[in-house]
Parts: sequence; C-alpha cells; structure tokens
Amino acid sequence: MADTQTIRIDPITRIEGHLKVEVVVDAGDVKEAKCSGQMFRGFEMMLLGRDPRDAALLSQRVCGVCPIAHAMASALCLDSAFGVDGQIPDNGRLMRNLIFGSNFIQSHILHFYHLAALDFVDVSAAADYEGADDGLKSLRGFIGRGELAPFMPRYEGDYRLPKEANQQGAAHYVRALEARRIAHEMCAIFGGKMPHQVGIVVGGCTETPTADKIAAFLSKLEWLRRFIDDVYIADVLAVAAAYPDYFGIGAGPKRYLSWGGLDLETKETNLLKRERFFPAGRVGADLTLEAADAEQVAEYVRNSWYDDATSGRKPAEADTVPAPDKESGYSWLKAPRYAGQPHEVGPLARALVAYAAGDEAVKRDVEAVLGRLEAGPEALFSVLGRHAARALEARRLADAMLGWAMALKPGEPVCEWRGVPESGTGRGLTEAPRGSLGHWCEIQDHKLTRYQLVVPTTWNASPKDDEGNPGPMEQAIIGTKIRDPENPFEVVRIVRSFDPCLACSVHMLTPKGREIGRCRVL
Amino acid sequence: MANSEPVEEHAAVWFQASACSGCVVAALNGVAPTVRDLIVDQIAPGHHVSLKFQPTIMAGSGTVAVDILGATEEAGEGYLLVIDGALPTAAGGLFGRAAGRGGESTMHERALELAEKAAAVVAMGTCAAYGGMHAASPNPTGCVSVTDALAEAGIEKPIVNVAGCPPHPDWFTGTVGHVLLFGLPTADEVDSAGRPKRFFGHLLHDLCQRRGDFEANRFAKSVGEPGCLYELGCKGPWTHADCPEREFNGGLNWCVKAGSPCHGCVEPFFPDVASPIYRKIGLPELPRVALDTGSGRLAVVMRPQPAEDE
Repeated sequence: MADTQTIRIDPITRIEGHLKVEVVVDAGDVKEAKCSGQMFRGFEMMLLGRDPRDAALLSQRVCGVCPIAHAMASALCLDSAFGVDGQIPDNGRLMRNLIFGSNFIQSHILHFYHLAALDFVDVSAAADYEGADDGLKSLRGFIGRGELAPFMPRYEGDYRLPKEANQQGAAHYVRALEARRIAHEMCAIFGGKMPHQVGIVVGGCTETPTADKIAAFLSKLEWLRRFIDDVYIADVLAVAAAYPDYFGIGAGPKRYLSWGGLDLETKETNLLKRERFFPAGRVGADLTLEAADAEQVAEYVRNSWYDDATSGRKPAEADTVPAPDKESGYSWLKAPRYAGQPHEVGPLARALVAYAAGDEAVKRDVEAVLGRLEAGPEALFSVLGRHAARALEARRLADAMLGWAMALKPGEPVCEWRGVPESGTGRGLTEAPRGSLGHWCEIQDHKLTRYQLVVPTTWNASPKDDEGNPGPMEQAIIGTKIRDPENPFEVVRIVRSFDPCLACSVHMLTPKGREIGRCRVL
Repeated sequence: MANSEPVEEHAAVWFQASACSGCVVAALNGVAPTVRDLIVDQIAPGHHVSLKFQPTIMAGSGTVAVDILGATEEAGEGYLLVIDGALPTAAGGLFGRAAGRGGESTMHERALELAEKAAAVVAMGTCAAYGGMHAASPNPTGCVSVTDALAEAGIEKPIVNVAGCPPHPDWFTGTVGHVLLFGLPTADEVDSAGRPKRFFGHLLHDLCQRRGDFEANRFAKSVGEPGCLYELGCKGPWTHADCPEREFNGGLNWCVKAGSPCHGCVEPFFPDVASPIYRKIGLPELPRVALDTGSGRLAVVMRPQPAEDE
C-alpha cells in the first residue's frame, strides 16, 4: 500500500457553495472518493408557519445562482396546493418560461466560462498579446501589474490549448461576463430583478407584458443567440479538441433522471405528464426511455450527519434530525436514490432523456456531436459530454424563447391570484440548470405545515447510500487516473462538469405540523 | 472606467459564510462599474482591488486556495474583508464547516480570524449585515451577523453594512470605491443600521414611482393590477433604499415596478417581520418601526399594536 495516497481538496472553488472532496489514490488510480457538503442551513424549517405565498419568494433564497428554479418549483407546488394549476394564464406561463429560460442561459454561460474554463484555458497567455481586443488588452495590463489574484495561483501542468486559443479563451472569459449579465437583465425585464426575482408567484407572474418590454427582451436575446452560436459552442468544441481524453473521463452511474420543465401548456395538472420543453423520464446507458415516477425517490442518511433512524424515507414522509458529530457521517448532503439507485441529473440527463423520447432538435444536436467525434453515445457519459450538453441546451432554449416572447399578449391576464386555501398539499417538479428539482408542501389552517426540497446537487454530489453505493459524482471520480497528485486537475474537472451547487443541496425537514415560534414584536 | 497610472493595489479577501452566493452573483451584475472594472481593471482611477481569495471565481482550489488566504492574513498589511452570509454558531459552529489553516475549522472561527487581521470589513448582503434569511426564525443553525459575531468576540473593526438580498451592485462598488478614494465612511455617512446613507438614506416609499397612486388612493387589489401595492403588503413604507431611483440589472426594473410588493430585504427585520409578504401594513404600524441601537445590537422595535389584518 506504499503507493496509496489521500488527496484532499478543500475548498473546491469555482462552484456554488462549500464542498470538500477526498480521494484515495492507489498506483495512480482513484480507488475511493468522498464528496462532502460542508454547510447546513435548515431552510425548510424556516418556511414552516408562514403564509404559503411567501414560499415562492423566500425559498429561492436557498440559492443565488439558481433562485428562479426554486421560485418556479415553489410556484408549481403552490399552484397545485391552491388548486390553480390548470388555470395559469398563458401570459403567466410564458413569462415564467422567459424568466426561467434566461437564467438557464446565464447559469450555463457562467458555468462554462467563469467556473469551469480556468481548468482548460490558460489566461496568462494574454501577457504578451499584441492585438486590439479590448478584453485581452485589459488582461495584459492586469498581468503586467503583477498582482495575479484571483487567476493565480492555480493547479499547473496540464494546459494544452495553443497560445492563440488560450488568448481567445481569455478574451471570451471577459466577454462572457457581459453575456451572463445581459441574460440576467432579461430575467429582470419580466422578473423585477436578479438574483432573487419577484415576478414568479403562485398563479402566474406579477409583470404585465408590453411591446417595449418584449422588444427589449428580444434585443438582448438576439445578442445572446449570436454569442451562444459563435462563441460559447465554438469554445466548447475548441476545448473538446484539445482535451479529447475527457470524453472518456468522469462517466458516473450512467443512470439519468429528468422531471421535465418549462411548461408548454398548463391544463395537465400532473407535472410529469404535462407537455414541457424538457421531457420527463429516466434512462440508463441503453438510452431506453422509462416514465419518471416521483414515488420512486427515497433519501438515505447512513453516511450523512443525520440520525440513522430517519434513513430511507420518501420526501413527502421525511423527517430529519441533524447529528453533526455522527461517526459514519461525512457530508451534510443526504443520498437521494431513485428506485434504490444513484442517478445523475442535469443538462446531460435532460439531453439523454429527450433523445430517448425522440425530441428532433435534441437528436440533431446529439448526432452532430457524436458524428464529429466518430463515437458512440458512451462518449457523452463524460466531462466533455456534460459541457457539450449544457452549451447545446442553451442554444435550443434561446431558440424556443424567441417564440415564447412573441406569444405574449399585452393586456391579457398574467396571474390567477387567489386567497390562501384553508388546507392542501402540493408538489412542484421541474428542472433547474443543474438538474431535477422538487418542492413538496402541506398547508393547514392557511399556513405551511410542511415544506421539503430535493435538489439537483443532492442527487449528484450525494455521499454513499445505506447500501454503500457511492453518489454519482463519487462514481465519476472513482477509477480515474491522476497524473499528478499535487495538481489533481482530473478531480476538479470532473466535479465542475456537474456544476455543483451546494447551497441548494443541504436542507432540513421537520416533523409534520411542528409549530414554529414567531417573533413579530420585539 | 478610466484607467490611470500608477496603480495602487488594494488587497481584498471575500469570505463566504452561510450564504446562497446571490451576493456574489449580484456583484457580477454591475454595469458601471462592471465586475471587469472591479477585478481586472480599476475600480476607481489608480486603484485596483487585488482579490486574493474569492471562492466562487478564484482559479485555485484546495491547499492552493487555503495557502494564499493564509499568506494574505500573515502579510500583516491589512486587507479589505468582504463577508457574505451569516455566521452559524450553534453546535460549535459545525453547521458551517470551513477549511482552516492546518485542518478543519468553522466559518464562524475563520471569519473572526480573518477579521482580526483586516483593515476593515464590508458585510455584504442582509445575512452578513443582520443575519437575514439564514437567521430566519427558528434560526436552527444559530446564525448571527458579522457585527454581532465581532462584538461577541471583542474584535473592534470598522464594519460597513451593504444590505440587500442581494444588494444592488452599485451599493457594493460604490461603498468599496468610497473606502478606496475617500476612506471609511464617517459616522454621519452611515445610518443607525450601519448602512451608507448615500444608498439607504431615503424611505423607499418616498421615492417610489407608484407613490402618486398611494396618495390618490389607487390601490392594486390583485397581482398584475395597476396602482400602489400597499394593499398587497408592500413594505416600502418601512424600507430604506434607493431601489426606485437606481433600479436593478442595468436600471431596467425593480420589485414594485414589476408588480411585486417590496419585501424590505435591506432591513434588519427581513424576513421575519417582513412576512407575510402579502400582509398589509396596518396604519398604526406605519410610524412605529425604529432601529434600536441603544443595546448595541441592531433590532427592530415594533410596539405592540392591535392586529389590522384583513
């Protein structure tokens, strides 16, 4: 065992939230991997006893990167609890999709350029740039002053792009700051502001569409469509060409789940049957589509800092007791499993489910990528497969948003606004940029008596379950060859390809009906 | 932003505690200055912020990141410490674990260590400033604000509260720019909640585009209707911020303009006293909210009054 070595990466930066990863390497290969969520907040507990309508606005504060996904899941959950889920006005549905879609694009651009790219692109190539690109001239001046934070220090020894491509990547890093900002401006047009929008509420949306808002939105969307086509997708392909081995690294469990998302109609009240831009489903490595069934989800805690007695419960029946010192625990994340098995969620899962469901646009995209690689679908189960799926999803979404914006009707209703029901239950299932998201609620005496979330990164970055099956991200790391333990590029590239969002993924459930004391008067 | 030579480098550390990253993303959304002005070019002519540690964007991970943070602490030259998020204190701080120098630490412990060596602290966002969403009732993780944590530990440092959930990017860059160009704000330049008056000096209700509707008794009764949102629970009459003038995301929109009642997200009372968000403020409550600084702790004073719920 002389060759055995533990590599501990804490913190994993350039993700949302607080994550530690430990890997055990034997003779260069990863034998064990542990992903550990480092923060616990108890958000669900904080929602109990409140006016249910507040949940759409407060629950999104779980995450500043994907708040809209939570606002959306919460609104869908409340729609069903309030009994308005079949009556959302078209304007409300469309504005929800436009706000949500804009943030998908923002999130994907932010992820590729500002979170992931620094593992592939060497920005120091800007040091001797002699051309006229404004961003590169800025970076050259920055490097010349000698204070290189936050771009240095970093892992070294595996930057493979040619100098011109590195310079181009660095220029696009700067340009992408503007691109993601513009995408958030689109969110604000119909959502008020971003992060933490205010437009998506139970029953629909609060904004009123007008020609000037639609025109402003479309102008920004067109700018972004060009950016996605000419810059984002081109850069993903350039990275793929220089790092082709990453089509064979980081596969994970090869089981994929999508709840579906972005409603194309709202008459169907079963969200898993509703016609949606992202179809719902579950596939394995053979890409045969199975219907998604939310009843198949259970959460395990043997390796999490929670009381073992609460392990194996369905979300709607869950009850969680933190045990911060528990010996066998190594994460604040629980381990959700679908039909007892770890499942990957996110853009790759959505693409594979849509592919299996026969979505024409997705099939074209997938076949184009595989044709270029001269490879079979297994090449998609990889670090680069995830990056490619994300970029192509951004393009399909931008195309669809053009149609949604044009379908808005000024002067028509935006919201089916009702009073809070005396009692009810709700379930909101959708897709966040980083994967499948569910909110569950129960209302009694006009107040929230139960509120629960099962979020994307809890699926992807989960610890081992009670059977000892590692989580998807852990599985993706296990078996990887680490070339240089001092600079474990492979591990951080795999982790970041999942776009983890740890703030969302740690939360807490409380016993049914628990009364929460409120301090309104101090 | 105009650039000039020579450039003075200002070391900064952005420490993330129990947070959602919304404050980081908000900072990325600045239009003038932009985040590029902030980290690559110059935030003000002749001034560059050297962001030594910022977990969401920094290149290095693991020991590479921990070491540069340690080196910045040990350099003895002071730095501007930006903290987003509240500090969990329950269970010995274990609800917020953090990599420390030489092993496991907690967010609470690291924040105090970093503050001791800092020149000044910016509490970025309502969670860092007052506890905010992360300290919402029943506050299961015992989250406290930066001001309270430092006071409890006996650490005396200048703290500026850039409130908001999340703050407008101008409030952040404007505050940092002020510190670099003119020094820390004076006692006259901050309000009793520790916020720069430049941004938080006016009642939102007084600046609101829908104020005319309030005066004329034109009230929206349902979401999506025109008129003042007072009946829908707007907390503008309790809230101090220039949102209506500044507007968010490049001056495009803000909450009330988009048809949503203000939640009071810049105030120490957010979210517990601000919710139910759609509950109308009763008339007797309008003048009765004040900030209590007498105890040395920020708190909302709201005298008992008969409920005026619909």
